[in-house]
Amino acid sequence: MTSKGGEKGDVLLEMRGLCIEGQSEDKWNEIVHDIDLTLHRGEVLGLIGESGAGKSTIGIASMGFARPGCRITSGSIVFDGMDLRTMSDGKLRRLRGSRIAYVAQSAAAAFNPAHKLIDQYTETPVQHRVKPKAEAEQDAIALYRRLRLPDPDNIGFRYPHQVSGGQLQRAMTAMAMACRPDLIVFDEPTTALDVTTQIEVLAAIRDVVEEFHTAAIYITHDLAVVAQMADRIMVLQYGDLVEEGDAREMLANPKEEYTRRLLAVRSFRKEEEPPAMADPPLLEIRDVTASYGGEVVVLEDISMKIGRGRTVAVVGESGSGKSTAARVITGLLPPIKGSVLFKGEELPASYKKRSTDQLRHVQMIYQSPDVALNPRQRIRDIIGRPLEFYLGIKGKRKTERTRELLQMIEMDPDEFMDRLPGELSGGQKQRICIARALAADPEVIICDEVTSALDQLVAEEILKLLQRLQNELGVTYLFITHDLATVKAIADEIVVMLQGRIVEQGPKQDILTPPHDPYTDLLLSSVPEMDPDWMDNLLADRAARKARGEKLMETGDQ
Amino acid sequence: MAQIWKHLKSAPPTAIFGLLVIVVYTFVAFAAPILAPYGEYEIVGSQFELWGEGFILGTDHLGRDMLTRLIYGARNTIGIAFITTCLAFLIGGILGLLATTLGGWVDMLLGRMVDVLMAIPILIFALLILTITGTSQPVLIVVIAVLDSTRVFRLARAVSMNIVVLDFVEAAKLRGEGTWWIITREILPNSLAPLIAEFGLRFCFVFLFISALSFLGLGIQPPTADWGSMVRETATLIAYEDITPLLPAGAIALLTVGVNFVVDWFLHKTSGIRDDK
Repeated sequence: MTSKGGEKGDVLLEMRGLCIEGQSEDKWNEIVHDIDLTLHRGEVLGLIGESGAGKSTIGIASMGFARPGCRITSGSIVFDGMDLRTMSDGKLRRLRGSRIAYVAQSAAAAFNPAHKLIDQYTETPVQHRVKPKAEAEQDAIALYRRLRLPDPDNIGFRYPHQVSGGQLQRAMTAMAMACRPDLIVFDEPTTALDVTTQIEVLAAIRDVVEEFHTAAIYITHDLAVVAQMADRIMVLQYGDLVEEGDAREMLANPKEEYTRRLLAVRSFRKEEEPPAMADPPLLEIRDVTASYGGEVVVLEDISMKIGRGRTVAVVGESGSGKSTAARVITGLLPPIKGSVLFKGEELPASYKKRSTDQLRHVQMIYQSPDVALNPRQRIRDIIGRPLEFYLGIKGKRKTERTRELLQMIEMDPDEFMDRLPGELSGGQKQRICIARALAADPEVIICDEVTSALDQLVAEEILKLLQRLQNELGVTYLFITHDLATVKAIADEIVVMLQGRIVEQGPKQDILTPPHDPYTDLLLSSVPEMDPDWMDNLLADRAARKARGEKLMETGDQ
Repeated sequence: MAQIWKHLKSAPPTAIFGLLVIVVYTFVAFAAPILAPYGEYEIVGSQFELWGEGFILGTDHLGRDMLTRLIYGARNTIGIAFITTCLAFLIGGILGLLATTLGGWVDMLLGRMVDVLMAIPILIFALLILTITGTSQPVLIVVIAVLDSTRVFRLARAVSMNIVVLDFVEAAKLRGEGTWWIITREILPNSLAPLIAEFGLRFCFVFLFISALSFLGLGIQPPTADWGSMVRETATLIAYEDITPLLPAGAIALLTVGVNFVVDWFLHKTSGIRDDK
């Protein structure tokens, strides 16, 4: 069925003048404008842009499909000589899964939790009558091995919830490969993964794509990732093509301003380092052990000190206990043992027992601003409430202070005061969260992954804002993040956590300069860089060190 | 206001029909004394008179005008059903939201109490209690409201369960806000849509339930006009191929259908379901 005819270099997919409209309320707005795209056999094309750039919509359109609420209005999509727009649904169905496959962003949500991995793998080839089930199973095991999944003979017989996120993402790549398609669309396959896991998945994807000469459309918002994967890159913004070109050439020599900004996105660095602390620490965690009930201890003997006006970053992968640490500090999770001290004074373990003033001094900003703001309250009320609740500011003074706070976070009070959160963008919502925290006039702000739900350029703006506010107001930050780029940008001190313990802590310079703890080394080296050879060099280096018998930290996902 | 008008304009014909039915019923209920040709309990003719001049829809088993009884029936049946539903929502809603907000043993205790109440078939339970307590209107209202509030409790708890875990509720808790603030300002406004939809449905159930009780003789007591008991009182006419007993039954059915149309439309709007065409 799969025709492997055609040489590498032949045109496989061609879109001309593609326009796609999306429905909002009852109106149709064009969200992709007149895009041309050409993909050759065996080529990997990177689509990059921020959210709303239309990259996923274009990626899916290459299968002749538009999401519910979207419609393709004009242009042509020609796949291997066939026009997908005029093709019947039945024919399209035969094409999808067998000759064009799709790998979704969240493998955890894309797998059916009620079926074993291998049964989901064999479904497509059996359906398309490419292979009988037994043969497909053999093939699955071979592919699992090729993708370096642990225990490839048996992993397929597990259910999705029994394997880790990175493994699922690879199992999904294997699934897409099942019929040896000519084209695979990867939609942000590593965005939800930890950095150390990401590199494994990236390497695995690249290997199989190369081995089977599969063409791929690789969609991501991370330029450093696409640098490792793509032969050619298309930069998109608001549904328009900004720049297109050979990957290496574009990275070395970007033509457009927007591309340059994307390239420079991780260059923000905190300007000055405040002097090392001499005073007693403002906030201290002493020998804290915590668990969510049951046997498993999530935090074990954690101690850290945070000086006034400093930014301490707690870094770790998911499951390292970094967010739990924040919950202990705020009093949401009373620890089994140990204590939290504020200005040398022990805070009650539960937030319910803390005084209003104790609560006021420690404020929190959340990861996803979408759920951190009550969708039914206006901005005026969201920011005004802590003013009234903590400081007793009412009436006209409350309005004035709210306006001041909005100006502080660089938002126009006249425009935004009476809006609902649903009428703001992600970055604006996060700014409102910052204003709400500031309204309490706090000493410490805990930032829990505040930038990870945002686009890179927006995230950088938020970091700059936080830094400016620290310079002006002298507020102390506890930054919880998995993103080392954020840490490098804003931290004074770093605490590295792994599986509920602190691996290493100290001033930024000490932690970031070698020699590292093995885990810190793994973490640091796994952050993708813009250099297209970065991943090859890193993997070669790791292999060489392993060959020399050096003991390396295993990535969590093996 | 303008927005409501806009929504109404885009409403499907079924919803408009439903709204119309509700408006007409409400009007009839309020204007009963003006609209009705005779007094509610007034015996104006002989028994079971046929449809015709003087008595447009004939008379019942005591010789009271059928149309008058129907009109007053709207007032009594709908009024009591409405008050009962409101009370059920007050009890069930507040307890449900309290259960999720406080959690722990409060949630446990309330949940088990509701389980016990729900374990007994509602009609039999109501009959049992009403036999003991008698059938005055306030008792009727409280009994049905309490029994029905168990369903509301379940829904309010389920809906607010998903909201109470969101970060903005956590933020309010960490700010030090009290339970009342969290329930009324943070959780309730965000769980209102499904609750309002449920209100419509519940109203229908309560309404039918009262009619059923009345039909069995334990609901609204004579001589008060009520559609359920009117069906029973005139039931013998069915044997003579007279459709008069079906009139109050039809009035019940029409309102139920109307309310359900409106609820369906409302749910469709608030749930944001989009047609994939």
